[in-house]
Amino acid sequence: MRVTQGTFSFLPDLTDQQIRAQIEYCLGNGWAVSVEYTDDAHPRNIYWDMYGAPMFDIRDAAGVMAEVDACRKTFPQHYIKVNAFDSTHGWESLKLSFIVNRPANEPGFALDRQEAAGRMIRYTTRPYATGRPEGERY
Amino acid sequence: MGQQPSSRDVSDPRERYRAGVIKYAQMGYWQPDYVPKDTDVLAMFRITPQDGVDPDEAAAAVAGESSTATWTVVWTDRLTACDWYRAKAYKVDPVPGSPGQYFAYIAYDLDLFEPGSIANLTASIIGNVFGFKPLKALRLEDMRIPVAYVKTFSGPPTGVVVERERLDKFGRPLLGATVKPKLGLSGKNYGRVVYEALKGGLDFTKDDENINSQPFMHWRDRYLYCMEAVHRAQAATGEIKGTYLNVTAGTMEDMYERADFAKELGSVIVMIDLVIGYTAIQSMAKWARRNDMILHLHRAGHSTYTRQKTHGVSFRVISKWMRLAGVDHIHAGTVVGKLEGDPNSVQGFYNVLREDHNPVDLQRGLFFEQDWAGLRKVMPVASGGIHAGQMHQLLTYLGEDVVLQFGGGTIGHPMGIQAGATANRVALEAMVLARNEGRDVWREGPEILVAAARHCTPLQAALDTWGEVTFDYASTDTPDFVPTATAA
Repeated sequence: MRVTQGTFSFLPDLTDQQIRAQIEYCLGNGWAVSVEYTDDAHPRNIYWDMYGAPMFDIRDAAGVMAEVDACRKTFPQHYIKVNAFDSTHGWESLKLSFIVNRPANEPGFALDRQEAAGRMIRYTTRPYATGRPEGERY
Repeated sequence: MGQQPSSRDVSDPRERYRAGVIKYAQMGYWQPDYVPKDTDVLAMFRITPQDGVDPDEAAAAVAGESSTATWTVVWTDRLTACDWYRAKAYKVDPVPGSPGQYFAYIAYDLDLFEPGSIANLTASIIGNVFGFKPLKALRLEDMRIPVAYVKTFSGPPTGVVVERERLDKFGRPLLGATVKPKLGLSGKNYGRVVYEALKGGLDFTKDDENINSQPFMHWRDRYLYCMEAVHRAQAATGEIKGTYLNVTAGTMEDMYERADFAKELGSVIVMIDLVIGYTAIQSMAKWARRNDMILHLHRAGHSTYTRQKTHGVSFRVISKWMRLAGVDHIHAGTVVGKLEGDPNSVQGFYNVLREDHNPVDLQRGLFFEQDWAGLRKVMPVASGGIHAGQMHQLLTYLGEDVVLQFGGGTIGHPMGIQAGATANRVALEAMVLARNEGRDVWREGPEILVAAARHCTPLQAALDTWGEVTFDYASTDTPDFVPTATAA
């Protein structure tokens, strides 16, 4: 399977040139770019680990790309995403968030069902990979 | 006005309150020198007076009938601070290019309205006055809700930003589809459509406005099958998915029961129809806020009063009321699809729903400045006769904080529902990527789609099937002001 979180997951994996163009778009809008990684891509895993703080003060795409590269080198088999944060009043959240690295093999998720009264079912989405400890999953 | 108005001097209170009939303007409802207060509710009506009725008097009559007046003088006015409570018509302008029509501006004191009640606000503003005989037609074009009144409403329970955070979807329009055929599917078959569409790449599927609980599919069955489909699609994609379960029913008790069941099954969103009424909408907004649910509003019925330019209520006013009442999604037009929607008018609705502050924008039909005072933003929904081949137009006209709903354009795909969903998602992501890269998607859109279709057979099939389909009819609800060409 392919985890399709993020803005561009239905397109072929972005090239470095394409990633850089998106980062330039973000910086041009005055947004702060950050890099996050995880080996638990559960759809409700909100807090991926931060690869450093959001780069509020880096205004050139080359600098951001260096961070993306460093993260990819450190965690080649993790999910890595690039986020762009807009601090404008009334938004104060992400404006763009797209995956730039993913494991070679994505086993996906099991759906566990707990059958209850009246045909009610309680669902649990369980990543196959998280059966193993963090860092040993891919 | 129907009667013989007296021309007597009414500056003397004994004359003013003598039993009988005088003109509304003489009663104090026409005050051309009045300067509206920051706390006044302002309304702008398009009035079409009967032949021989003076526009100022017609405007005064609208002010009177939508506030304190009745057809004759009543002495009991003198038991109140009646000057305070009277609405004041303060400006009347002829409508450009429409002889016999006038824009009448009316100010209402804040004390006339109950805090936090759309029902009360509308009972005054559109209560009696629309059937008033001296007018041939009457349309409420726009309103300015003062911050003091905005702050008495809770507004959208979720809002655009929090919805995106909950769904973890940023930087692109959301994608949806209404399950078709809208009536007749069994619960099991209905859930199949939901599963296929969500797994294929849509973020949401949707019940149609008239799917409630019918012989062919009872509501509990639909909810159970749909939520199985939602959870299966989430597991298959790793993305949060939703389906707007329509909780519209005959009573509030039934709606609460249905909404609670949707919540228990793990839905992130429920849906209501505009026809349930303003108070029911506000009640469901409260419920949604209490239960952390997104509230989707289908504007069923609105065209009965929003479409014709001379009579009714503009949808920009309905948009304002619904932002106050507190819905998270509202259908607001597509521009390019099968349903009514002039580009400027639709952008006016979108701005009302999504901006923190609306400046006066006559070209888009916004007659008043409106400060939303931190009230959350509503996500507009574009639905009805749109397809992947229009993606560049949709993104240009509607921006990215919108749900694009491709019902027929997903379910009618020649390769199946999943393929239809994938085609839409790929077209959307390719267009956003290109826009962000600085390309002119309005001009280059078709070639961007063709390039994206090279790695996506379903998109190629969608373009082959619908690429040329357009709905090119003149709109009826268009702004009255056109941009004036200025020297560059």
